[in-house]
Amino acid sequence: MLSNTQIQETTAASRIGVTEISHRYGDRLALNQLSFEVHPSEIFGLLGPNGGGKTTLFRLLSTLLPLQSGTANIAGFDLATQSQQIRTLIGVTFQSPSLDGKLTVQENLRHQAHLYGISGALMRTRIENALQHLGLTDRKHDLAESLSGGLKRRVEIAKGLLHSPQVLLLDEPSTGLDPGARHDLWKYLKQLQREDGVTILITTHLMEEAEQCDRLGILHQGELVALGTPDELRASVGGDCLTIHSENLDELQTQMTQKFGVEPQIVNHSLRLEHPRGHEFLKDLIDAFPQLVSSVSLGKPTLEDVFIHETGHQFWQAEETV
Amino acid sequence: MNQSPSTLALPPVGPMKQFMLPILTLAQREVVRFLRQRTRVIGALMQPILFWILFGAGLRGSFKPPEWAASGMTYQEYFFPGVTVMILMFTAIFSTISIIEDRKEGFLQGVLVSPVPRTSIVLGKLLGGTILAVLQAVLFIFLGPLLKIVGLAPDFQTGITLASFIPLILFLFLLGFSLTALGFVIAWPMESTQGFHAIMSVFLMPMWLLSGSFFPAGESGWLSWIIRANPLTYGVTGLRRILTPESGLPSTPGNPSMIICLTVTTVVCIIYVAIAIWMTQKRSTRNAR
Repeated sequence: MLSNTQIQETTAASRIGVTEISHRYGDRLALNQLSFEVHPSEIFGLLGPNGGGKTTLFRLLSTLLPLQSGTANIAGFDLATQSQQIRTLIGVTFQSPSLDGKLTVQENLRHQAHLYGISGALMRTRIENALQHLGLTDRKHDLAESLSGGLKRRVEIAKGLLHSPQVLLLDEPSTGLDPGARHDLWKYLKQLQREDGVTILITTHLMEEAEQCDRLGILHQGELVALGTPDELRASVGGDCLTIHSENLDELQTQMTQKFGVEPQIVNHSLRLEHPRGHEFLKDLIDAFPQLVSSVSLGKPTLEDVFIHETGHQFWQAEETV
Repeated sequence: MNQSPSTLALPPVGPMKQFMLPILTLAQREVVRFLRQRTRVIGALMQPILFWILFGAGLRGSFKPPEWAASGMTYQEYFFPGVTVMILMFTAIFSTISIIEDRKEGFLQGVLVSPVPRTSIVLGKLLGGTILAVLQAVLFIFLGPLLKIVGLAPDFQTGITLASFIPLILFLFLLGFSLTALGFVIAWPMESTQGFHAIMSVFLMPMWLLSGSFFPAGESGWLSWIIRANPLTYGVTGLRRILTPESGLPSTPGNPSMIICLTVTTVVCIIYVAIAIWMTQKRSTRNAR
C-alpha cells in the first residue's frame, strides 16, 4: 500500500501547464498566446468549433509538432526539451485513425505495447483488460479495416491506454461513437480518473460532452475565450437567456434598445439577449411589442450561450466561416 | 485483479529492450502486412521473373558475352544477378512506399508520439523490408533456374553450394538493407506515392539499368564511366561473383574485385542509413499531417 503522501506526490506531478503558446502555419495564426493549466486528476475539456485551434494544440502537446513560441510542460517535463520523458507517460488518441488496417485488433494492440516496452505476460493482461473495458473482446481477431467507425475509435482508445499513461490526451474521442458507446467511454474515463488518478485532456465540439468535464477552456480562432467549470461558465453569462424571433429583426433590435436600454445581438436569424430576470422582462417585451415579436424562448444559459456570449457567434456559424 | 491497469505500475524497461523491441515489432509488422497483400508479393516477384524470361528470350541472339565471361554464356545467365538485384530493389521500394501510406493513414503518428527512439523506427522499417527482399531474392535464385524444365531458362549452374550459401545470404542482406535505406531516404519527405513513382522511373530504374545488371559495362566510353561511378554496380558485381561457379571472374575496372564490391556496398549502406536516421530526428510540421 502506498501512503497518502506518496499518492499525492505521484498525482501532483501529473498535470499540464501551457504558457503563452502561439503557433503559425505560414501566415495563418492557429494559436494566439494561449495559457492554461490542467490540474492533477481532472478531466479538462477544450471546447471549440472545428478549426478553432484544438487540434493544433493537441499536436503540440502530443509532441508531434515543434513548439514555436511559448512554453509548456507535462507532469513537470518541458515540452521543448524533454519530449522523450513526456512520451513515456502520455497516452494519445488521435482524431485521425492510427490503426493498421491490415492487422487484427489484437495485433495492433500488441505492436503498440511493444513500442512502449511492454511484452510477455504483462502485455497479455493489459491487452485483455483494454479489450474488455472497451467491449472489443469478441472482435480481437478481426482485421482493423473491417471494423465500423465506432469500433475503430474504441481500438484507438484502447491503444492509448495500454501503457497506463498518467496523462491521457484525447482528440475528439467520441467522433463516430453512437450514444451508448459514448456513454460507456465517459464511464471508463471517469473510472480512470477516480481509481488511477489519471489526468485527462479532451478536445470536443460537442456541448453535451463538454458538460461532463471538470473544467473547460473555450477555444475560438486560436484564443482561449473562457476558462472554468461548466457551472462557472454558465454563471458568467448571468441570469436567463432569451431568444426572440421576429419578422423584422433590425426594427425590433433598435426599438428594444430605445425602450429598455438593452443590447440584443442578432445571432442566426434571431435576437439573443441575456437578462438577470428573464421571466419578468419577457412579459414587458411582449406587452411593448406585440406585433414585432413572433416568438420568444426563455432558458437558463447553456454552454452554447457561453460561447455566443464570449465570441458573438453561434457555435456552428463559427465552424462554417473557418 | 481484474481492474483497469494501475498507473503506478509502469514496467521497468531496460535501454536495450526499449531499443530492440520496437525494431523487432515494426519489422514483424512489415512482413505480416506484406504477406497479407498478395498483389504486392506478385508484383515484386513476378515482374522481374517475366523480365528475365522475356528479355532472356528476346536478346539471346544479339547478346555478345563480355571478355571475362565463360564461353557460351547466354544472356539469361548474364542477366541472372541483375534480376536478383531488381527483386531486391522492387521489394525495398514497395516496403518503403508504405512509409508514405503510414503517414497518410495515421499509423506513423502513433509511432512518433511513442517513446521509441527514432533510430529504432528507421531500423525496424529497414529490417522488415530487408527480410522480405532477401526472402524473395533467395526464392528466385533457387526457383529461377528450375524454369529450364519448361524450357524458359537455359541450363546453367548458379554456383550455390553449402559453403557459399551463408555468404550469399549475408551479401543479399547487406545489399537489401542498403536499397531499403535508399528507399526510406526517398520516401520519408514524400507527400504522395505518385511522387515516389516519379522518382522510381527517373532515378531508381536508370540506377539499376546502369549497374551492369542489364548489359555489361564496356571498357571505355562515357557509359562505362557512369557504370563505374554507380554504387549499385558494386552490389551487382559482388552478387555475380558469389553466383559464379569457381573463381572464373577476372577483376577489371568494369568488374571490380570482391573486396572492392564489399567495401563500396558497405560504405554506401552506412551512408544511406545515416541519412535516414538524421532525417527522422527532426520534429517537424510534416509529422502531423
